[in-house]
Amino acid sequence: MLLKRIAPQLIALAALVLLVTLVYPGFLDISFNDGRLVGPVVDVLKRGAPVALLAVGMTLVIATRGIDLSVGTTMAICGAVAAWAIASGWGLAPALLLALAAGGIAGLWNGLLVAVVGIQPFVATLILMTMGRGIAQLITEGRILTFNHPGFAFFGSGTILGLPVPAWLWLLTGAGVALLMRRSALGMLIEATGINRRASALAGVNATVLLIAVYVASGLCAALAGIVVTADIRGADANNSGLWLELDAILAVVIGGNSLLGGRFSILAALLGALIIQTIDTGILLAGFPSEYNLVIKAALVLVILVLQSPRIAAEWRIWRKSQRASREALAERSRT
Amino acid sequence: MKTRTLLGTTAALMISTTAAMAEGETVGFAQIGSESGWRAAETALTKQQAEERGIDLRFSDAQQKQENQIAAIRSFIAQGIDAILLAPVVATGWDSVLEEAQEAEIPVVLLDRQVDSSDELYLTAVGSNLVHEGEVAGEWLVNAVGDQECRIVELQGTTGSTPAIDRKTGFENVIAGHDNMEIVRSQTGDFTRAQGKEVMESFLQAENGGKDICALYAHNDDMAVGAIQAIREAGLAPGKDILIVSIDGVPDIFKAMADGEANATVELTPNMAGPAFDALEAYWADGTAPEKFIQTESRLFTQDDDPMGEYETRKGLGY
Repeated sequence: MLLKRIAPQLIALAALVLLVTLVYPGFLDISFNDGRLVGPVVDVLKRGAPVALLAVGMTLVIATRGIDLSVGTTMAICGAVAAWAIASGWGLAPALLLALAAGGIAGLWNGLLVAVVGIQPFVATLILMTMGRGIAQLITEGRILTFNHPGFAFFGSGTILGLPVPAWLWLLTGAGVALLMRRSALGMLIEATGINRRASALAGVNATVLLIAVYVASGLCAALAGIVVTADIRGADANNSGLWLELDAILAVVIGGNSLLGGRFSILAALLGALIIQTIDTGILLAGFPSEYNLVIKAALVLVILVLQSPRIAAEWRIWRKSQRASREALAERSRT
Repeated sequence: MKTRTLLGTTAALMISTTAAMAEGETVGFAQIGSESGWRAAETALTKQQAEERGIDLRFSDAQQKQENQIAAIRSFIAQGIDAILLAPVVATGWDSVLEEAQEAEIPVVLLDRQVDSSDELYLTAVGSNLVHEGEVAGEWLVNAVGDQECRIVELQGTTGSTPAIDRKTGFENVIAGHDNMEIVRSQTGDFTRAQGKEVMESFLQAENGGKDICALYAHNDDMAVGAIQAIREAGLAPGKDILIVSIDGVPDIFKAMADGEANATVELTPNMAGPAFDALEAYWADGTAPEKFIQTESRLFTQDDDPMGEYETRKGLGY
């Protein structure tokens, strides 16, 4: 059942890995150097962390028929808050808590606008998307706020059991949220709200609280992503941190076969979507094409994957196969008589 | 009419007078805004230069809008000042306001960027030559490696942007004559630290863990700073195992050079006002008309040029 749901994403990922291996034969090589795994696949797991983390929150928001355009900006704010706290000597734990709090507040703001004020999610989150980068720039005073703190940098470039910390972060966040959704009724309630908010409210679901909660969850995921990116370069770059990543996150959710109209969702499939996007990105870099081709290749591959997943194409394909079989059988029938 | 008066008033309000010496000439500076650290440093240095020379500088911040710059210039003309410095936000649409300045016999000096208007409408333009910057970086690397085989990786700026194209061209011009040097990988890092680091990681993967790379050329310092971290995390010594040369001269690259992790940077000087004031002083003295383009020096800094001292002088400039 689960395998059938994620089969298209698994096939797409496998085909993509095959394709990248053809242009860059060493893609699947993994070696073990002074306590850490090294290789392009490990890079994919590490570099895919921001989009994968964002995709977890984005899946929940999209399941309620919403969208969160502000996550890239929220990353910049949370990164700036964390870097500022570290640079002013607050220490690691307060810095992380402050960054998560900033993400939570950003999510709460979006959630209130959507669930209580009743603004359409696209517009409501667009407000923070536009405004937030300015907030981040105010915190960093327009500069790249750098710091030197090995404990914080660990979240960007450290390793646990050989695997990069950013990879652990998204694996654990994804698994944790997915389990929470499926082991409790939360996932079903979110789907119900997404399919018909009024009907689920009449059935006793507290849709308002649920809606606010998914935006807060999205904000917290963005905070984690912001921490990873900031810790990685040991500096908060308010102008560029998380720039356009909201679009990659939405793409990951969509490649994961989740409908933008809300309802049924799969976090696992969205994470596979994030891996597909990162495999494309890393593959392009390794292949060594001129950079003018980067975006064109990425768009072409995404298009192919989405077209192959399209239900209409799949239905046409089934009808075509059925008619082929029918005509073959008719032919065999005729030759027999 | 009403809007124009309104614009004029806002512009006048925005103009602040910096510390002035009464006997000096008065110069108006129509700055673009403060969109980047470099721009902030340019503003800081212009004020500093004016103060040193006893020039009364009137400063206007246009907040990235051409109409604010035009309004500021008109109000400078109305005040009858002695010269105008203009860092044009866009290239087009300056003809009429430059003509007004010419009629009022106020010389205009362009800083950093060019305009599409006839060069008779301004006294001179001060700016850097981006191709030359690439050449200076290339020449440093040619001297540093000598006759050794050198496989170079390149971190380009934003694809299609003028600095990326010109800095690439300049570097390639110099490398072309040396068969022992070859650019083996070249990718865009979008002028950012994060992209610089990510792309450098893939270069290291693709080139035998970085052992086959002799040097890195980055189109700006920020990408180089990101790449340095990637090299360090791959277990190599940046600045020794892989030579690093980049362009801009921002404070953090001087810190990296002081730590021995970067080798050279070509400065894009934010001091455009110094040469501009030199030209103006000569013009005021005996009417000498300067060349129509004054190229600022693209100075090369290496680890021998007191990088720690350079870092200290730069970090307060607003980069």
